[in-house]
Amino acid sequence: MQIASDSDTVVARQAGRDAALRVGLSRTEATFVATAISEIARNITVHAGRGEILIRARTEGERTGLLVVATDEGPGIADLNAVLRDDYTSQAGLGVGLWGARKLMDEITITSESGKGTTVSMTKWCGPNEVTGLLG
Amino acid sequence: MIEDFDATTESGPQGPDVGPALLGELVAHLRKVRPALREEWTRRITDAQLLSVMTPEEIFSEVTAVYDNYVDALETGSVEALEAYAKNLSERIIPRGVETHEVLGVVLLLRDVLARSLFEKYQNDSHLLNRVLDAYEPAANRIAVTVGVSFVQERERIIRQQQLAIRELSTPVLKVRDQLLILPIIGALDTGRARQLTEQLLHGIRENRAKVVVIDITGVPAIDMPVADHLVQAVRASGLMGARVIITGLSAEIAQTLVNLGVDLSMMQSVGDLQGGIEEAERQLSYAVTRTAEGVREPEA
Amino acid sequence: MPVSILKQREYLIASVQSALTDTEVIELRDALLSEVAKHRARGVIVDVAALDVIDSFVSRSLSTVARTNRLRGAKTVVVGIQPDVAAAMSQFGLTLDSIDTALDLEAGLELLDG
Repeated sequence: MQIASDSDTVVARQAGRDAALRVGLSRTEATFVATAISEIARNITVHAGRGEILIRARTEGERTGLLVVATDEGPGIADLNAVLRDDYTSQAGLGVGLWGARKLMDEITITSESGKGTTVSMTKWCGPNEVTGLLG
Repeated sequence: MIEDFDATTESGPQGPDVGPALLGELVAHLRKVRPALREEWTRRITDAQLLSVMTPEEIFSEVTAVYDNYVDALETGSVEALEAYAKNLSERIIPRGVETHEVLGVVLLLRDVLARSLFEKYQNDSHLLNRVLDAYEPAANRIAVTVGVSFVQERERIIRQQQLAIRELSTPVLKVRDQLLILPIIGALDTGRARQLTEQLLHGIRENRAKVVVIDITGVPAIDMPVADHLVQAVRASGLMGARVIITGLSAEIAQTLVNLGVDLSMMQSVGDLQGGIEEAERQLSYAVTRTAEGVREPEA
Repeated sequence: MPVSILKQREYLIASVQSALTDTEVIELRDALLSEVAKHRARGVIVDVAALDVIDSFVSRSLSTVARTNRLRGAKTVVVGIQPDVAAAMSQFGLTLDSIDTALDLEAGLELLDG
């Protein structure tokens, strides 16, 4: 979906939450996903103006999860390491959002180049629920 | 465009592709023979001893709905409505014990019944019959897969729910008195259980309007980094909901582990044993009570 | 802005009714600051029970409100943080350190009165 304004962010959060529940994540995990999306979407609107968020189910062997990919063609992050390291304390930067997303999601990959935009790809896996066929 | 249904175009006597028209003809035929085929299908289901948990009336009503949805899906090429119906059907029949092989079996029987009907109608023109089957088979198979997959997904969802429910039953949060909760933890903790405990604790705080929670870990032998992390977060999250946490039964070993892991112990209040913890909690609560609104006197606990 | 702000005794009670966009969060923040000044309120309760997500921006804004209010001699209490949201916030590290929190409106009033 397109992210261009902060009301799009609210839509994306809800979509993320709904998708998370459909995929089998718990309510709490769905809230984690929605919060991470909120942060990443804000990074898009504030730093790039517009971008896109893609949400879909993902499976890997036995486990299922939710994949969220956020892309924008904004200015990009020049020094990714610096932003990720300690920038949490610099409250208003991209750092907070990415830091938060990292804590809330299970996997996260960030690709960015100065002038070429940014892609954040993050996944939340369903908790340790072995579907061992209780119904026989 | 309904891609699934384009018959392979060959320059035959019929000329340009007549796919959609042919399909329309099939669908009209299937609708016309619906009463007979429905009965045939039901008979086959009963002969195969499928859906034995359902009454004949129930089977008849579902059979009708499935037949109609099936033919609609053939006509439109879209399985969306069928998916929704399959999910709804699954939600209803899974708790009654209907199994996967029954659902698949039933759908495949319908496929066969419809196919035979088409055979019968077009058997005198083998060229036309081939084109009919070219149109019918991929669609019918796609429908079978859709229904089967919907059913299995629904089963898995229910199983997960049941597992969560079972785990919850084994880790209770106890309301001791107004505004005070106790969470006794017994046995080894893994992150899964820790996560669930946190969830139960936080929901318990809301349900019971707890102001103080005593978490007793006397029965926990040891904890590792991820679990310690969860414990710290549970304490923080409880604070966000206006509840204070008292940890009791913190063994010297676990205290050492927490220190080694860099956990800030000052954010948790720790009291030796459960009894002491409860007394401390009561003290905190009654102090708060006597400070409350002018003139309101709470009876001494 | 889906927030209602009411005056109760010498306190203000702001109830959020639904999810807020960033713009609405800013409006809320500004409204609270001006209303506190206008009514010379001694306390503010912000009821966030309707928020299904509280992220860094909301957290920051609430902190700003609390700090500014404190300078004006008013205490701020945030109430109604939902269990899932509390879990997410603490996982994230948003602790709302400088703000008092309580379970709900009633508990919030007790806190202010005390």
